[in-house]
This record gives sequence, C-alpha cells and structure tokens, in this order.
Amino acid sequence: MPGGRERELRRRIGSIQSTKKITRAMELIAATRVVKAMQRANAARPYARLITSVIEDLAAGGAEVDHPLLRQAPEVRNVGFIIITGDRGLAGAYNTSVIRTAERQVMAHTSEGKGYSLCCVGRKSASYFRFRNYRIDNAMSGFSDNPSYDDARHIAETVSESFLSEAVDQVELIYTEFVSMGTQRVVVRRFLPLIDTEMMAQEGSGTGREGSFEFEPSPEAVLEALLPRYTEARLYGALLDAAASEHASRQRAMKAATDNAEELITKLSRAMNQARQDAITTEIMEIVGGAEALGGGDTTDVDIALASMLAGTDASMATAAGTPPA
Amino acid sequence: MAVELDVELVSPEEVTYSGSAEMVIVRTVEEGDIAFQAGHVPFLGVLAPWSVDVLRPGGERDTFAVHRGFVEVSHNKVTILSDVSEAADEIDTTRAEIARQRAAEALAVDAEDVEAAAALERAELRLRVAAA
Repeated sequence: MPGGRERELRRRIGSIQSTKKITRAMELIAATRVVKAMQRANAARPYARLITSVIEDLAAGGAEVDHPLLRQAPEVRNVGFIIITGDRGLAGAYNTSVIRTAERQVMAHTSEGKGYSLCCVGRKSASYFRFRNYRIDNAMSGFSDNPSYDDARHIAETVSESFLSEAVDQVELIYTEFVSMGTQRVVVRRFLPLIDTEMMAQEGSGTGREGSFEFEPSPEAVLEALLPRYTEARLYGALLDAAASEHASRQRAMKAATDNAEELITKLSRAMNQARQDAITTEIMEIVGGAEALGGGDTTDVDIALASMLAGTDASMATAAGTPPA
Repeated sequence: MAVELDVELVSPEEVTYSGSAEMVIVRTVEEGDIAFQAGHVPFLGVLAPWSVDVLRPGGERDTFAVHRGFVEVSHNKVTILSDVSEAADEIDTTRAEIARQRAAEALAVDAEDVEAAAALERAELRLRVAAA
C-alpha cells in the first residue's frame, strides 16, 4: 500500500522527537543540579578541613585514647560495606560501576571466609543486591540527589552502632568521587575503624602548627567528642561527592541520548522522504496507466490534468510517466 | 583595642558566620564560661549546649544558640565548629515555645525521658538566645 511505509516512519520520528524532548530536559536539569551539588560540596569543605585540623592539633597535643571507634579487631570476621548509589537510573554507568565494584569487594572478602553486612544507600544498590539475594542490613534512600547532613548523621550512627556492637569489625565505604565535571571515579575507602590520629592528620592538609594547645576538658575528652563528628563529616562529604557525580553522569548520559536521537531523526527523515517520493511516483504511474487504458490515446481531461501536474515535478518523473506502464 | 579576633562559625553545610570581634564568649562542657580576646593562647574545647556571644568592635553583639560543637582558638582566630547552631534572629520563638511545652509535658509524665529532657534544654536555649 503506497504511503504505508511513510506513515510508519513518520510515527517513529514523532516518538523519537518526544523522547528527545525528555532527554534534553533531563540534561538541562542535571546541568543546573550538578552546579548546585558542586557548590554544596565546596561549602561543606571548611568544616571537614577544620575537623581534620583539630585532630591534627590533638595529635600535636599528644592525645592518645582508646576510643571504641579506633578499635582494631585482632581478626576481621565481618566486613561492613556502605554502598552509595543513586535513587534513579538514566545516569549512564554511574550506578552500575559502583555496584560492580561493591560486588567484587564483597566477593573478595567472602572468599576469604569473612562475613559481610551491607548498608545500601540509594534505591539502585538496594534493588540490585536484593534481587541477587544478598542480605541487606540497612537500606536508606530518597536523598541521593540532595543529601542533608542529617542523612549523613543517620547513616554514620547506624554503621557506627554495628561497629561498636562488634557486629562488624571493619567498614568499607564505596562511593563515586567527584574529581571534575569530566572525571568521576569509584573509590573504596576504609571508614571504620578510624586510623590513628597521626594518620588522620596526615590525610589532611599536613601543615604542622605549633602545639601547646590548652584543652578543655582534656585532649582525650575532646577527641572522644570529635570522632563521631568526624565520621559524620566524612560520610557527608562522600554523599555530596556522590550526588555531584550522579548529576554529572546523568548530564553526560542525557546529552549522548539527545545527540543520538537527533542523528536518528535525520536518518529516518531521509528514509521517509525517499519513501514519500517513491509513493508519489507509483501513484502517478497508476494514474497514467489508468488514463491510457480509459482514453485509448485521445487527448482527454485526464491528459490535461496530468500535464499540469507533471509541470510541477522533475524531468525524470515526466519521462517515467511517458513510458507505458508494464 | 588594636588587634581583633577573626570569628568563624562553621556548620557541616557551610560557613554560617564570619566576622571580626573584640571578644567571644562561649561555655564549655566543664560548665564554665570562657571569653576569648586577641592574644589568647591556643585553645580547644568541647562546647556545652549554650549560647555563643560575639562582641563586635562597634559594640554590637551577635548571639548564637549552639547545641553541640567545638571551639578552636589559635592565632587570633576563633573557629566554632557546630552541626547544630542557629543565629538569634533565625530562631522561630513560637515554634520553640511549642516545643518547650511539649517537652515539659512529656517530662511531667516520664521524668526519665532523656529525649524530652534534651528537647526541653534545646527549646529553653533557643528562647533564651532569641530573647537576648
């Protein structure tokens, strides 16, 4: 049936066009969100830096404590994992790469005979691991694209609790580090036990300031109050990084999708134009054939109508119309 | 006074306040108020849930309700790290009043309720700071 293929192509182009509109909108939204997420990550930096520098001062002040969060288990039997992914997909390889790294880590530890405990942050990791029958001890979601400090505190408290109750002897934090707009990479960081104060101090800026601090109530008490805040700040930083990475990945994925849609539309439009041209040719040939069969070669109304129609089409079509149909 | 203190109030989300001051008054967990002026020795302390007063060079006073945090003083710079703090003019007094009543009621029913006691303390601190 002439025009059938054309109609089908037109419908496909229409559907791709509306998909393109959606991906374009998502791209623009992600672009504004990534800027906001970066600003939040930058705004959160002073606190994290200062907490580290306080620990530095404490290390210089000679605070040595036996805090439970610093407990190094003689033998690691259970490993906890905090896996930070997004709540939603359509962000390229963002979620999959975190999940893949996490699964590899879990397998590596279980193959050594250790137990695992999962804390899934973000709907995507929770649904992946649940589907594969992993045991999930904690799942939190609903804030991946805009985490608040309270969310970080909640996670840090939950995880610290299971560490303090010796349900896990070690906690790994798996998230996506935001290096720049173009680069984000999945990292695995030791979350608990906290390494000793000197190491923490070295992790920071490393600017040695003079000691002789006065501590109130005592260096040990300050450190004890500080360590939980430190874990929260670290987790908050990780959440913010992950959020910025998610938006950057989504922006990139949606840009690629929009470009692909554009390309597809161009290709399909060409195919559609050709199909339409073919359909017109066939139709004209049918008319000519019909006219010749009716009129028997005399100049009729049909001929006149045909001549005026042909004046509008190109020469090759005129030739085609002139030859008798097979 | 020639030398002034740099004051920064930093929350995990952002730097909420920064300015210069003649004196900063805080309260540490040892139940003692401590005031800092320029030239104070390096100091590091855990803050009690109490107000932080910043006396500005012009004689103005900025007050904050700090529910938890640390204070660090070094090189004429006072840094207050707190994950729960509010400036006096940000406090919603009606809300704090409602919270205070609710906590007081809960405490009347169960005197051992630690959460209600903490809520009451927070609400009272808010009201006191807002009134100052």
